[in-house]
Amino acid sequence: MKKMTKFMSVALAATLAAASLTACGGSGKTETKAADETKAAGEATADGEVFTIAGIGPMTGDAASYGISVKQGAEVAINEINAAGGVQVGDTTYTLNLIFEDDEATEDKAIQAYNAVMDQGADAILGCVTSGACIAITDLTAEDGILQITPSGSALDCTKNDNAFRVCFTDPAQGVSMADMAVETLGYKKIAVLYDNSSDYSMGIKEAFEEEVAAKGGEIVASEAFAGSDVDFNTQLTSIKGTDAEVIFVPAYYQQVTYITKQAKEMGMELPFLGSDGWDGVLGTVTDASTVENAIFLSPFFAADPSDNVTAFVAAYEEAYKATPDQFAADAYDTIYAMKAAMEKAGSVESADLIAAMTEITVDGLTGEGITWTADGEPNKGCKFIQIKDGAYTLYE
Amino acid sequence: MKNKKISKSTILNIIIAIVVYAAVMALIKGGFLGRQAMSIIIPCCINVMLAVSLCLLVGFLGELTLGHAGFMSIGAYAGALTTNALDLPPVVELIIGLLVGGIMAALFSFIIGLPVLRLKGDYLAIVTLGFGEIIKSVINSLGVTGGAKGLTGIGAYSNYKNFTFVYIVVLITILVISNLVKSRHGRAICAVRDNYIAAEAVGIKVSKFKTMAFVISGFFAGMAGVFYAHNVGILKPINFDYNKSIEILVMVVLGGMGNIKGAIIAAVILTALPEVLRGAADFRMLLYAVVLIAMMLFNNSKFKLALIEKRNLKKAMSIQKEGE
Repeated sequence: MKKMTKFMSVALAATLAAASLTACGGSGKTETKAADETKAAGEATADGEVFTIAGIGPMTGDAASYGISVKQGAEVAINEINAAGGVQVGDTTYTLNLIFEDDEATEDKAIQAYNAVMDQGADAILGCVTSGACIAITDLTAEDGILQITPSGSALDCTKNDNAFRVCFTDPAQGVSMADMAVETLGYKKIAVLYDNSSDYSMGIKEAFEEEVAAKGGEIVASEAFAGSDVDFNTQLTSIKGTDAEVIFVPAYYQQVTYITKQAKEMGMELPFLGSDGWDGVLGTVTDASTVENAIFLSPFFAADPSDNVTAFVAAYEEAYKATPDQFAADAYDTIYAMKAAMEKAGSVESADLIAAMTEITVDGLTGEGITWTADGEPNKGCKFIQIKDGAYTLYE
Repeated sequence: MKNKKISKSTILNIIIAIVVYAAVMALIKGGFLGRQAMSIIIPCCINVMLAVSLCLLVGFLGELTLGHAGFMSIGAYAGALTTNALDLPPVVELIIGLLVGGIMAALFSFIIGLPVLRLKGDYLAIVTLGFGEIIKSVINSLGVTGGAKGLTGIGAYSNYKNFTFVYIVVLITILVISNLVKSRHGRAICAVRDNYIAAEAVGIKVSKFKTMAFVISGFFAGMAGVFYAHNVGILKPINFDYNKSIEILVMVVLGGMGNIKGAIIAAVILTALPEVLRGAADFRMLLYAVVLIAMMLFNNSKFKLALIEKRNLKKAMSIQKEGE
């Protein structure tokens, strides 16, 4: 027994010593590692240079699935580009290299992750994946003058600086699109809203949606809030049931939508649902697909889209990761292609030239045909509406 | 003889403080640090303030509280709203912000402390946990705080370029709390921890000293929150949930309950560790947890005592005595 304790102590001390050694050599080690990677990639193309794209997003924590999707979507795009011979900028061919750091979807970790990738010699920033983290680093990237494109940071402030662009819709833009859809296309006049008041995403959409509905002559008959971690929505649904609402708009992520639609059906509510792009993936979590039947939501990306580039992407993604890509992966894929287009247009890899080129490029992406960017950093692209019919996603025409 | 001994350790502490400052400044100015390392200097300072202030409650007052992030968030929001409203030189704004943040947090810990501190042990832990969540919800639904979208546009006044200023405030925090513990009031606080009934019997007003410890602790947690706000630039209520409180508690526990020096070292290690482990990529958080478990076991092992004993008998004996 005594021997055992002794052994344990030694083992623990060794762990500790090892940990402290890593502590000392930490930053140096990562630098050499990055250098090695660069070297390896550099050898791949005989006369090529390497352009390092640094992704920042959650790899751990509650939002990890978004970060992982973004990373994988970007990897698919980079492998494609490199396999096709890299990016031709002037006379040199550049190979793309992706490094990805975890920010746990928190603001303080995002700053540290950003500084970590800058230590590794990042040439452009793909990120952050979540809005809050994105806002936290946006002033730092502006200070460094580096090109920053967020695939999925949808809050307005994410692109307040000149060097920052985004691929997704802003929350308010989404709210407006959905309101137009609800009032003008679908002809609903009395609308109930059920939103998450602890989520910036849900709040941003909800506010713009309610404004636009009022402007178009519709009426918000109920506006009920819930908190992110809730699983019981009976109170809110009961009060919506007591109104004469014709439709329920739920700007939220699919996890919550699963509970909401199930409980609505159990209460005998027959009202149709409208949703935001967070609904994508809902069919994977509902136990009874009839609860979301006929629901319509906005989405920048539709995995079952028959167009060539989407089917090719979905096939490549499924082969590599054994999963169907979501909108985050598609946004990241388009972000990489936007960076490629900017490099080619600028004929240089200097950050200032890339930023200037961003407003001049056109990208035929997965999330839209002929996407262009304004100097404010916003994309111009159409949106798709998806309707769930017979337990499958279909494009709403 | 006794006086001489105290002054000796004071001198040693001053020397340590100056050496740490000089070393960090030399590293910053000399360009020896990468950007990643620079960016964790201030978070280290912030966590030291949080851990030391919580150490007063958990270690010396002996009350387990799980609402420290609540006080921090009050300070952070109050300070950030103040500096956003002012239009003065950054340092002046930051000083005013610090005072406002600290005082607001202290005020709330006083108001909430009055009824709550009549509770003890587990009950207090649960109530402070609830209190932290209430603050989070209130901030979420207020208009002035920006709600779930967060409070943005906060000036980056406390980044590594302002290390000197942050460092001075950290030193003040440590100085005030370690001196308080050594003072008459501090002895009373420790007496409440050691034996509640005996303390009451000798005429110590238990609730008064409990409130006092809470207010002081809340004040410094609030100031730490102000630094956090001006370091990150955006505040979101979701970052101040009970996970944050537990993170601070882990630092205090790792440092050894009622050991201010330990809390400081633990805060620095636990802030730096996740960043140091970035090289491990996907296994980062797993490794973090493993190292944490290993450190906790080591800290609590006889082996550590023996190690200290061999190198320095006196130290080991004093530790053993404290353990009794």
